[in-house]
Amino acid sequence: MNRFTRSVLSLGVIASGAVLCSCGGPSSKPATVSLVFDVGGRGDKSFNDAAYRGLERASAELGVTFAFKEPTNADREASLRAMAEGGSPLVFGVGFLFTDSICTVAKDFPGQKFACIDYDLVAKPQIPANVSAIKFREEEGAFLVGAIAGLTTKTNKVGFVGGMDIPLIHKFKAGYQAGVKAVNPACEVIANFAGLTPDAFKDPVKGKELAKAQYGAGADIIFHASGSTGNGVLEEAKERNKADGKVAHFVIGVDSDQWEEGGHVLTSMIKRVDVAVFDTIKAHKDGKFAAGAHEFGLKEEGVGYVRDAKNSVLISGEVEAKVQALRKEIVEGKRTVPAK
Amino acid sequence: MSAPAEIIAGTLSIAVTYVLASLAGVVSERAGVVNIALEGIMLVGAFVATAVTFACEPVGADGVRSAASAGFYAPWIGLAAGVVAGSLMGLLHGVVCIKVRANQIISGVALNILALGATQFACTLVFKSSSNSAVVASLPRWGIRPFAFTPIAWLAFLLVPAVWFFLYRTVAGLRLRAVGEHPAAADTLGVRPNRTRFKALALSGALAGLGGAALAAEVSQFVQNMTAGRGYIALAAMIFGKWNPLGAAAACLFFAASERAQIAFQDRINPQLAQSLPYLLTILVLAGFVGRARAPEALGKPYEASR
Repeated sequence: MNRFTRSVLSLGVIASGAVLCSCGGPSSKPATVSLVFDVGGRGDKSFNDAAYRGLERASAELGVTFAFKEPTNADREASLRAMAEGGSPLVFGVGFLFTDSICTVAKDFPGQKFACIDYDLVAKPQIPANVSAIKFREEEGAFLVGAIAGLTTKTNKVGFVGGMDIPLIHKFKAGYQAGVKAVNPACEVIANFAGLTPDAFKDPVKGKELAKAQYGAGADIIFHASGSTGNGVLEEAKERNKADGKVAHFVIGVDSDQWEEGGHVLTSMIKRVDVAVFDTIKAHKDGKFAAGAHEFGLKEEGVGYVRDAKNSVLISGEVEAKVQALRKEIVEGKRTVPAK
Repeated sequence: MSAPAEIIAGTLSIAVTYVLASLAGVVSERAGVVNIALEGIMLVGAFVATAVTFACEPVGADGVRSAASAGFYAPWIGLAAGVVAGSLMGLLHGVVCIKVRANQIISGVALNILALGATQFACTLVFKSSSNSAVVASLPRWGIRPFAFTPIAWLAFLLVPAVWFFLYRTVAGLRLRAVGEHPAAADTLGVRPNRTRFKALALSGALAGLGGAALAAEVSQFVQNMTAGRGYIALAAMIFGKWNPLGAAAACLFFAASERAQIAFQDRINPQLAQSLPYLLTILVLAGFVGRARAPEALGKPYEASR
């Protein structure tokens, strides 16, 4: 076989890989709404799935059509651009990693609207005129689940597993720590981050290692804010409870209600990305799209925690009353929660 | 502070994937074929193991799958499928760099890219998401906690001496090494270098596929690019271990221990520094030891049979 055939063969293998990578293009007719997911992607049962629920609800209630993409790290801007070029009048970027790209692309497509979840105001203080920058006060929700953890722990040790080591995730950590200490000053908080790159949000094997170390050090409740990395934390809790024959290791989910069979999910800190996505689509449809920064905290019911029929046996009425009192203090402005 | 048993168990469970992948590297490179494709082969192994487990899960009369109560055989079939898929990937690497005699590094890189794209594509077909699979039925855990590991982990620990015995105490192992040192000499003695290399790659692929299945079994799920560079760390361990199964396994334990230590220290010292620790150690160790490590003589060189 000659050199030419050889090169063609090698290139063929590379090219087929590249083609397969770029699957999932939008349909021929432009969708009313397009959305590009964050690291972790659809099926993370957390951040991205919350955004997807917002899309689904908009599709059911407002009759909009939608398209979406799950980019790899390198092609975030390309994905946004492809959606904008496809003619979609409203394009979402889900996650702080889109901040730079969405500003660049929005300037190139001034006639279309863009929305960025978790927009990073520090990196890009000048929000383009056609961009809605959606932000949450995660620390307030994290504070309340921290209080639940501090009141519920039996070992007086609780854990925190963060995804990427960045200010956004430090907001979760700071709020959680403050919440734990507010109700139980003697309780120790062990904190770990999965990594220093965006991939830290999608490494469940790493999440499991971190959970192993924290449960192994005596923590009985772990709050994770780490995308699908957290699936490893859930697995480790399940495994330990199964081996012990009782539920003594708990996880606090994040962004979506992460309840699973087995009773190991104590509660979840909810970030209403679904509501933000839905509301933005609705406003756009009604011609009321508002550019600029929008912030959602406890007061706006943009963050919160889950206590319903499923997990009310895990959170006693007494704990609930104390946490609700803290919630009231924050909403009324009597208590501020540290964000770093 | 964790109990020492927890720390040792944590280290061992991190080491499993590294050990399997570095054994895969040893088998392939001892036969003279550079196998940088370990990362991609593991990824394919992880995906196929998950997808086949998913496909074998019994579906209830109501159409609902229940991973928790699924038949115990499903994850075992998945595991076997992951190993076979890895083996096939190894053979594909063989076709490109033995039959076609393309550059072995390029073929490895191409396979890694192919694996990344193909698993995402297939994940979309099976699970409607290019990022995450469903959570599937899990393999049992054997042993007493904290030393309760998947059967794959126990197998990995047994495979270390087994692969050593194969390479250094059997005729087939001697032939494999001969082909990696001096294929022409082996050829004149009646050992067919290219056929031996194909067999070595099939075995190497199977081991790497098993490593991928081990990752997936750990979390009962496939996630896009879930190997996250572990194949490359394993390659470093293989070189650090001087292409010897025992040395490579020891190097894997060393890397796993540094990763476990990193978790413990993260909270106390600069997190960026702590997180870089395993990689820093990799660089330091390779810079310090590689000079003295000798690669198989014919590594990376295609062999053209005279007959």
